[in-house]
Amino acid sequence: MAEDKKPPLLSVQNLIIEFATENGVVRATDNISFDIFANETVGIVGESGCGKTVTGLSILGLIPSPPGRIVGGSITFMGRELVGLPEEEMRKIRGCHISMIFQEPMTALNPVFSIGNQMTDVLIRHHGLTRRQARDSAIEMLAKVGIPAPAKRIDEYPHQLSGGMRQRVMIAMALSCDPKLLIADEPTTALDVTTQAQVLEQISKLQAEFHMAVVLITHDLGVVAETCRRAIVMYCGRIVENASIEHLFASPRHPYAKGLLDSIPQIRSQRLEELPIIPGRVPDLLQLPPGCRFADRCPRADGLCSEQIPKLAPSGTHADRVACHHPYPAVQAGSAS
Amino acid sequence: MSGQDNTALLEVRELKKFFPVRGGLLQRVVTQVRAVDGVSFKIDKGLTLGLVGESGCGKSTLGRAILRLHEPTSGQILIDGQDIVGLPRSRMGEQRRRMQIIFQDPFASLSPRRTVAQIIREPLDVHGIGTAQERERRVIELLADVGMGAEIRDRYPHEFSGGQRQRIGIARALALEPDFIVADEPVSALDVSVQSQVLNLIAELKKKRGIAFLFISHDLAVIQHVSDEIGVMYLGQIVEHATVGDLYSAPKHPYTQALMSAIPVPDPTARRTRIVLEGDVPSPMNPPAGCLFHTRCPQAQDRCRTTVPAMLNVGSETNPHRVACHLQD
Repeated sequence: MAEDKKPPLLSVQNLIIEFATENGVVRATDNISFDIFANETVGIVGESGCGKTVTGLSILGLIPSPPGRIVGGSITFMGRELVGLPEEEMRKIRGCHISMIFQEPMTALNPVFSIGNQMTDVLIRHHGLTRRQARDSAIEMLAKVGIPAPAKRIDEYPHQLSGGMRQRVMIAMALSCDPKLLIADEPTTALDVTTQAQVLEQISKLQAEFHMAVVLITHDLGVVAETCRRAIVMYCGRIVENASIEHLFASPRHPYAKGLLDSIPQIRSQRLEELPIIPGRVPDLLQLPPGCRFADRCPRADGLCSEQIPKLAPSGTHADRVACHHPYPAVQAGSAS
Repeated sequence: MSGQDNTALLEVRELKKFFPVRGGLLQRVVTQVRAVDGVSFKIDKGLTLGLVGESGCGKSTLGRAILRLHEPTSGQILIDGQDIVGLPRSRMGEQRRRMQIIFQDPFASLSPRRTVAQIIREPLDVHGIGTAQERERRVIELLADVGMGAEIRDRYPHEFSGGQRQRIGIARALALEPDFIVADEPVSALDVSVQSQVLNLIAELKKKRGIAFLFISHDLAVIQHVSDEIGVMYLGQIVEHATVGDLYSAPKHPYTQALMSAIPVPDPTARRTRIVLEGDVPSPMNPPAGCLFHTRCPQAQDRCRTTVPAMLNVGSETNPHRVACHLQD
């Protein structure tokens, strides 16, 4: 990875986000650190409640506060600290440099305004285009994301479009100001598989065309394998592994990452007697164990694991990291591919 | 598929379910949504038919129509040879005991105000089975069957995770010892690590108790583990129907092929050619002429646009593989 030498586009360091709930304070992310470099696609993977969505929202300064609060750590984007930035400044960054698309395009689009109305709004506000210019530019964007008859579609309302089309409109809006970083939070989860394939293909194509970095937040490791270069695996608010796709899928080092990979439903040539599972379930965020959060579900755990939280440390190859006292052996460099 | 004998546990013949769409000043029926449009299949005792298709293809409506939770528009539903369509309410009750349903959303399908024991006992109460003491004992047995301890009997659904709630829903479905269960997307709301736990449980129940399932899912990868046969639905019709072995090794319908190739594969080294379908599913209010799939089919020919393809058996007499596609002619 040549990007290692260059400064990262986005750097998250020791980020701690807490939410006040009725039953106490929940730590949604606990000391997470990672870098995103220009032009790369990185997946943040994990199951519900692991903190992946909160991580994405925090980058855009969109943590609902209260109840949420960034308690510690920093988020630097192109050398600029985003934590604590005034809303006015943050809005400029959101409009021009970092964009986000969400899981449910119907709730993210305003039902009472036409597609064109919503798209040109951004362009007029952030880029100072005239109404005419903004409309032309919006039509061009719609064509780029693969919407047929864009000049006609631009005057339609969100309910007139299918789920896949709506997600394309969201992507078109997100890209209309040429962002350096796109955060996509479960962009295809609400879509059917055939539509998912279309949308993922579109995101990959646009990523190359726009020279942007993409952070893809998803629970689906299949999606990650097909679109990302690197993946960050989260469990219970912590990063357990951060590795290149080749290494992660060939030989995951963290037992949770391995368990997750094994339990993905997939079409098999020979049906198994029993599907591989991860026993037990995710601990309650209000009653976390003192040591490794995966310890009581882990086949490799011992006394050390239930006492001491493992640190995210370099794992064999230069760029990979794993947080485990007893990781699976690393794959030899080069032998993965 | 033992198609020759007529003692199938469940046989569905030409089942249709249309929903009226009202409009205009007088709220007259202006058109109909053809949610299920002439579906036929059999399920033998203890076997599972997996029904797969994308949202809006009518798979959930079909599942509900079989239990008459939606009243079918036309067609027959035979349970042990007896048609239950049009059966009066009083006679339907006894048939319902044999047929149960597990729902997709374990958060919506359990009453938040009732304890686990009350939820599981409800079917026994409704059908007046056993004494109060026997019912209590049965609840504990059922909890054990789905891998949960008796100590949770007085707790409420909100105290449980999605996977645990789905187990409670399964225990409720098992209470009346049904012969047949409609499982409508039972694992799609669950996280992957929990999904496999519930799938394993369903596979075990099927094997141990000989319960037949209609297992509805949008995911071909999920459905493979639990099914004996698979039916692929598109716009209210079954377009392909075969044994699990045949369907996965040699899918015939272009739609089945596209569905399979669209599933993301968790292996970054597998670079394969994907069939990416163009466009969207047409509206079931106004389905296209000819083959329903021709508007998105990469192999569509002229006759596909005009003539409805017949269901052909491309397998053998004893091991049928049915597909509705002109390309198989």
